[in-house]
Amino acid sequence: MILKIDNVTKNFGGVTAIKETSFSVAPKEIFGLIGPNGAGKTTMFNIITGNYEPSSGQVIFRGEPMDGLKPHQIVRKGIARTFQNIRLFSSMSVLDNVLIGFDFQARYGFLESIVRFPRFIKEEKRIKVRSMEILDYFGMASFAHEKAVDLSYGQQRKVEIARALATNPELLLLDEPAAGMNPSETEELGVIIKKARNDFDLTVLLIEHDMKFVNQMCDKVLVLDYGKTIFEGKPHEAIQDPEVIAAYLGDFHND
Amino acid sequence: MGITVSKNQWMNVAMVAFAMCFIVFSSNYFDEYSVRILNNIAIFIILAVSYNLINGVTGQFSLEPNGFVAIGAYVTALLLVSPEAKQYQYAIVDPYPFVMTLHANFVVALLLSGIFAALLALALAAPVFRVRGDYLAIVTLGFGFIIKILAINNPEITNGSLGLNDIPEFSNLYWTGGIAIIAVIVILNIVNSKFGRAMKAVRDDEDAATAMGVNTFKAKTLAFCTSAFFEGVGGGLLAALLTSISPDLFDFFFTFQLLIIIVLGGLGSTTGAIIGTVLVIGGSEWMRFLDEPMHLFGYTTTAMPGMRMVVFSLILIFIMLFAREGIMGKRELKDFFTSRKKGEK
Repeated sequence: MILKIDNVTKNFGGVTAIKETSFSVAPKEIFGLIGPNGAGKTTMFNIITGNYEPSSGQVIFRGEPMDGLKPHQIVRKGIARTFQNIRLFSSMSVLDNVLIGFDFQARYGFLESIVRFPRFIKEEKRIKVRSMEILDYFGMASFAHEKAVDLSYGQQRKVEIARALATNPELLLLDEPAAGMNPSETEELGVIIKKARNDFDLTVLLIEHDMKFVNQMCDKVLVLDYGKTIFEGKPHEAIQDPEVIAAYLGDFHND
Repeated sequence: MGITVSKNQWMNVAMVAFAMCFIVFSSNYFDEYSVRILNNIAIFIILAVSYNLINGVTGQFSLEPNGFVAIGAYVTALLLVSPEAKQYQYAIVDPYPFVMTLHANFVVALLLSGIFAALLALALAAPVFRVRGDYLAIVTLGFGFIIKILAINNPEITNGSLGLNDIPEFSNLYWTGGIAIIAVIVILNIVNSKFGRAMKAVRDDEDAATAMGVNTFKAKTLAFCTSAFFEGVGGGLLAALLTSISPDLFDFFFTFQLLIIIVLGGLGSTTGAIIGTVLVIGGSEWMRFLDEPMHLFGYTTTAMPGMRMVVFSLILIFIMLFAREGIMGKRELKDFFTSRKKGEK
């Protein structure tokens, strides 16, 4: 198991966003985290990435507890993420956006950059070549010098994933990757994520509302409702589960 | 890969060479008044370019430069004023004995000014960067006030509100211009490295930067300390140019002037900060003729002191109306050349 969520609870004041949730993600799995709005999916993401501290319970990544690590330290351990509403660096080029992912991997110091040491030039060249390779993988190399905000929504989504991959992650968290995309863009994105999973040796944990997309993509899903786990298993079984249907459509029988 | 020199690098070398020639030419052939303005411009280029690093590039709206400039000016002044001159200056109270023994040459004094300011910035970074946005502005504004008040209320070191006089006039165009060139190169090299990218990422979206593994606190602290270092050095140059300093010199208006410069030039653009300095510092001198009697279309107006400030403010308003992001926006000079090349590709 690459990621283990061990009995995690998160309270915001009196509200329990996540209640005693446990699940495990196997290496190279595409794992879906689904549930109606307010179910606690994004809260779970923020706990994994270290933005929130769990009220109780633990996140264990590759056998190592992530307690007390700051978000940027967790990224360096190998967990990268994308955001629900795309958050690219708006003033920067597509290439610079991806280069940010290499920030902690470029091996040169502050003084070396001021006096332009050979190592600075070598390292900058190395990370630029790597960034272009990643952009090329997503078919975005020709946009490298465009401003990120000038791209279409679908292209921005790809740059965001490329940027996350630049941090060299083992676990990639995608927060609603298909949101705001048309069916053909969604289809294309699904193909890319599956391909990247194999080529980059990734484990993917994704939040998604598009059940067709989830069905196509995920090896396993976890359904949350009001912070509680109501289903864990294969995606096609999830959509037949009475409790899941009740959570999404309302429980007509008990009214 | 051999050493390849790109067109861009040639252009940089050419510009540095041009700036050096200009410094040599103007210090030999310009009159004293022009040289004095150029000295001012050079010092303010150092200050504006470094202030732009924290405020424009890193996007941390801080209002502290007057504090760091004051520290730099006082450190340099204390190290340069001769013991004999100190003897008769301290009129309020006797100075601490160590004040009398402080002495160093100009280069060491400037370096110590910068290092002292940078160390203080390092100590300040932890409390200051706990807050963002408007709160950061208030906290740093307070810092500027505190430095000024400390300067007034510690006459044993600073000679209180009387300030320090008889500072040897070491600053000349070679020093101010030369250090300005160094400051611009150093800051551009930082901006065009992973450190500069991290700073820009913090400006654009701090949470997203964190999610990319950027230590945002470190990026902000680096920008803050570098900025403080050059503000300290600039303060030292200013002290050795004016030959006398007092706490009043470093009030909020000083920061305000720098803020106008970098906003006018374009927040985040180093080229813009340079252009802004020339326009604001040079412009307010060149427009002095507006204060004097004028002959317009046969009429003769009386002298109107302050007229140049009115015109200057109007120009500022018009520039900000028609170029919201300042003259350069976030672009640098080289962007104009690279964007033109895109068509050929």
